[in-house]
Amino acid sequence: MNNFILLEFLSPQSENSLDEVVMKILVAIKRVVDANVKVRVKPDNSAVDLSNVKMAVNPFCEIAIEEAVRLKEKGIASEVVVVSAGTKDCQEQLRTGLALGADRALQIETDAEVEPLAIAKLLAALVEKEQPGIVMMGKQSIDGENNQTGQMLAALTNMTQGTFASEVEVSGEELLVTREVDGGLQKIALNLPAVVTTDLRLNEPRYASLPNIMKAKRKPLETITPEDLGVDVAPRLKTLEVTMPEERQAGIRVANVSELVEKLTAEAGVL
Amino acid sequence: MTILVIAEHDNQQLNVATLNSVCAAEELKQAGAGDLHVLIAGSDCAAVSAQAATVAGVDKVLVMDSPALAQQLAENLAPAVVALIKGAGYSHIVAASTTSAKNVLPRIAALLDVAQVSDIIEVCSADTFVRPVYAGNALAKVQSSDAVKVVSVRTTAFEAVAAEGNQAEVETLEQAADQGVSRFISEEKSHSERPELASARVIISGGRGMQSGDNFPLLEKVADKIGAAVGASRAAVDAGFVSNDYQVGQTGKIVAPELYIAVGISGAIQHLAGMKDSKVIVAINKDDEAPIFNVADYGLVADLFEALPELEQQV
Ligand SMILES: Cc1cc2nc3c(=O)[nH]c(=O)nc-3n(C[C@H](O)[C@H](O)[C@H](O)COP(=O)(O)OP(=O)(O)OC[C@H]3O[C@@H](n4cnc5c(N)ncnc54)[C@H](O)[C@@H]3O)c2cc1C
Ligand SMILES: Nc1ncnc2c1ncn2[C@@H]1O[C@H](COP(=O)(O)O)[C@@H](O)[C@H]1O
Repeated sequence: MNNFILLEFLSPQSENSLDEVVMKILVAIKRVVDANVKVRVKPDNSAVDLSNVKMAVNPFCEIAIEEAVRLKEKGIASEVVVVSAGTKDCQEQLRTGLALGADRALQIETDAEVEPLAIAKLLAALVEKEQPGIVMMGKQSIDGENNQTGQMLAALTNMTQGTFASEVEVSGEELLVTREVDGGLQKIALNLPAVVTTDLRLNEPRYASLPNIMKAKRKPLETITPEDLGVDVAPRLKTLEVTMPEERQAGIRVANVSELVEKLTAEAGVL
Repeated sequence: MTILVIAEHDNQQLNVATLNSVCAAEELKQAGAGDLHVLIAGSDCAAVSAQAATVAGVDKVLVMDSPALAQQLAENLAPAVVALIKGAGYSHIVAASTTSAKNVLPRIAALLDVAQVSDIIEVCSADTFVRPVYAGNALAKVQSSDAVKVVSVRTTAFEAVAAEGNQAEVETLEQAADQGVSRFISEEKSHSERPELASARVIISGGRGMQSGDNFPLLEKVADKIGAAVGASRAAVDAGFVSNDYQVGQTGKIVAPELYIAVGISGAIQHLAGMKDSKVIVAINKDDEAPIFNVADYGLVADLFEALPELEQQV
């Protein structure tokens, strides 16, 4: 009973064994089209038409925010900083991050389209400044689908990388990461600092409550430029055209299983 | 101008995905790039290098055999590959879009200070590629201005080249160093007698409609009768019906079998992104309005708990 009361009085940090690190976590988030939107290509085939479509925090980045906030709630992290590179619009997603529990936000003001290598360079410059113990990121942006930025950041900063994470645990000086791989799950141990990229099963992100959304408006949001960070964001790739893939046509309805088997055998020849 | 294909393997067996990436590399070769080398990076992987040497179109097999590469940890593998690339002057680095290549390839690209082009489905020329974006709802044609082109290959878009018949030279490279910053602890591999999702001719997948993992044997019995692999939607994986490696979709496995049977799957864009290039699609769903029917060649509106046992009987 006494022990229980004692625990209640201690700050969250002291619940950890002494050798556990208390660190800052940087979370990189991207503003993307909402996952439920089916996009269309502009008539001139120059790009995808994003006018008047709903935008959101990239779902994998939401999972990254949630994980960072949970590490803070466990007393393992001392501060959670969300960062996004993009136009002024991405401040909306940064505010969402703040409402979900991040302490402060950084917007790196650039054109909307910055390639993963350039994003990684911007983040690397921030890592130099902020010295986080963990950088949490999504494994993939659902618009560009690159699955690159986290790994590139790890390369540029010489950090370790735990990609496609479904479980993360700080153990002493190490980070234990369970990864979703093609054959199942893989568990690795990483020296800190580390970059973690999130997979779908890492956690289920919370919703922002109204009071927290209000509170987020007063949390600090700083804007910096690539020039401030000394980073050249010139693209290496040129998009020549964007087209729509051929749409698949709906086929026929079969009345029952026998008809299905018959069609697959006789008509389609695939059984 | 030389192409380096980074092989996918488990130290014993060359993964068929490598045959697809060699196909893409062959197209680059035809587009003007020079010799085609295959890198086998691993530990005790002599058997794999012997297999790679027989793969059609391969000019040379390079072997980096080192305990530090046993699990291909990115921290150890990336600097070793980068040293090789810088020393030998490769023009193209190619790998299949497997989780191991997705893990290490961008790390290599960044160390080379070049962009990566992920998941290409078409080689237009030595520097121009097509890749899907936005869950496959758009295709972007991109041109790289970098000296070294780093590309990952969507395996379903390229045929597998012949695994036998060649006799390429095998060269052993220096050992890679253990950087001492990361360590493999364990792995939980799904064991199955069924074909692998990535290369199966037939796939039968279950979704949230399966209600529980206990009902997956209904699918598995059908799968076993027709030699199919078993897949799942994200909802089925999230709910714990089956393990993560079953997930088909935008952020899971991309498949294109001859026959894909979706059972109790609604057909969200993220699921479609992973299977809509299948040759024949069958949907079994009790909701007549389910979007999966918009892409299905044969749609059966039925309760899966009745349809699956019948299907098992009749195939
Ligand atoms: C970032 C992100 C990434 C994602 N990646 C993927 C991905 O890679 N792969 C993927 O699959 N999804 C992915 N999703 C999830 C996707 O959006 C859908 O939520 C998911 O595909 C739905 O799975 P489902 O069709 O099994 O479930 P539901 O949409 O719930 O559909 C269940 C279906 O089962 C039918 N059904 C129920 N009972 C029966 C019965 N007795 N008999 C017959 N039919 C029945 C219902 O009519 C319904 O159509 C992703 C989502 C996000 C946001
Ligand atoms: N503009 C951006 N600003 C901040 N983070 C980003 C940005 N673009 C990508 N990221 C991060 O990198 C992850 C992977 O993105 P990608 O490599 O584009 O698939 C995302 O989930 C984010 O965590």
